[in-house]
Amino acid sequence: MSYHSFLLEPISCHAWNKDRSQIALCPNNHEVHIYKKDGTKWSKVHELKEHNGQVTGIDWAPDSNRIVTCGADRNAYVWTLKDGAWKPTLVILRINRAARCVRWSPRENKFAVGSGSRLISICYFEQENDWWVCKHIKKPIRSTILSLDWHPNNVLLAAGSCDFKCRVFSAYIKEVEEKPGPTPWGSKMPFGEVLFESGCSGAVSQPGAGGGGWVHSVCFSHSGNRLAWTSHDSTVSVAEGGKNATVISLSSETLPLLCVTFITENSLVAAGHDCYPVLFVYDEAKGTVAFGGKLDVPKQSTQKGISARERFQNLDRRASENQANEKELSSLHKNSISQISVLEGGRVQCAKFCTTGMDGGMAIWDVKTLESAMKNLKIV
Amino acid sequence: MSKSTLSDRFRKVDVDEYDENKFVDEDDCAENQGGPDEAEVDALLRQSNFNGALQAVLKNPPINTKNQNVKERASMLVVKVLSSFKSSDIEKAVASLDKTDVDLLMKYIYKGFEKPTDNSSAVLLTWHEKVLAVAGVGSIVRVLTARKTV
Repeated sequence: MSYHSFLLEPISCHAWNKDRSQIALCPNNHEVHIYKKDGTKWSKVHELKEHNGQVTGIDWAPDSNRIVTCGADRNAYVWTLKDGAWKPTLVILRINRAARCVRWSPRENKFAVGSGSRLISICYFEQENDWWVCKHIKKPIRSTILSLDWHPNNVLLAAGSCDFKCRVFSAYIKEVEEKPGPTPWGSKMPFGEVLFESGCSGAVSQPGAGGGGWVHSVCFSHSGNRLAWTSHDSTVSVAEGGKNATVISLSSETLPLLCVTFITENSLVAAGHDCYPVLFVYDEAKGTVAFGGKLDVPKQSTQKGISARERFQNLDRRASENQANEKELSSLHKNSISQISVLEGGRVQCAKFCTTGMDGGMAIWDVKTLESAMKNLKIV
Repeated sequence: MSKSTLSDRFRKVDVDEYDENKFVDEDDCAENQGGPDEAEVDALLRQSNFNGALQAVLKNPPINTKNQNVKERASMLVVKVLSSFKSSDIEKAVASLDKTDVDLLMKYIYKGFEKPTDNSSAVLLTWHEKVLAVAGVGSIVRVLTARKTV
């Protein structure tokens, strides 16, 4: 596990390049900084200054080596590397509120931007006019889109929104691709069609279920047949493909989780306001999501002997004799973790993943080391 | 000046109600929730079957109803049941509940805090501590984020 503190400010968002030697991140301002790995150190190599508002999303296309950024200034830019410098191209999103998140599609011929205008902009490059155009998905979204994730077939898009629902849309653009084949989520996929929507629709079996909280993060599994999302009511849910898909939720004991990713077809890692990543295991046969364990560096508590004087001082100050320093968190990150990304192995057999948070730090977690360090931890 | 400018009734208009983009909660599910059965709960209390009374009072929570009276009655009934427990029995009682009931109990506890009576706050605080030990801060987050609550 390695931890590197980039700044004192929160890292708003980050993205890695293909060989994981460079990371682009937003240091909570209008710019994007690109750092290059230099042995064990990180050195800043580029500064991308074009946005007029905070950069809320960055995504780095691994194969075409383009970066797309979106910001609170209602714009998105596609950056291409020319002669060692990154050159921006403006993309007109036609939104009247801040953009919140952006994702390249798996084939990198389009990208999706979620915004506070209650719609998703699907942008693709039009060769004749030599610029990026966008199409909107509006219905039935009723609030800000907080997170997006593409299905491996390049057509389906999952969106988590502040209207408490997680939906799967079709983002099929006939200008750039052929008709997709049928998937467990559906076979007819015209643009903007809703193939799945979470939330209570009839069953009163679980009082209080559904309509819980903002959906902070969504993630498709590697095969695309499973969709996981975390919500502000401290739940994590998994759905399997199909319109009447059963949704399995787990009400967790932690504070709300802000980001989630699959690390194998059955295991999820999520992190959030509790400042440490957590493992969840999805059991298809039993239809349950179970808490797998807290993934964090166990802190060795040094129990030195304390003098009588210190004992009385502690009793005076904190009404207890031990020296437990409760001001410091025992986790690696010292503030909420806002984003998680897979570094090695993909979502099917992840070997390393990375988290960035509001403490301005980035931690790289090694799955094998975690498995051996934490007892009873099983990643299926 | 014309007469209409003297009236200031327009200041009392709630303009947010007329916003066409205003988020309206979907009208949910069935309305069969009339609150826990008072007679059943009272009977169990008289028989000193406190655990049974707890289970019974957590049934049929009036979550979807807009009738405030039903919610009030349910809330007072729950506080009555919780106050009748001995402090040493609370932990066992909480352990016997399943996950959804524990979340529901936390919702009732916070509802009870809103309208304190003589001893209710102290009792509720003890219950709060025990429920927290079982369900964690997640249950409190669910109380805060629930759109429809008891």
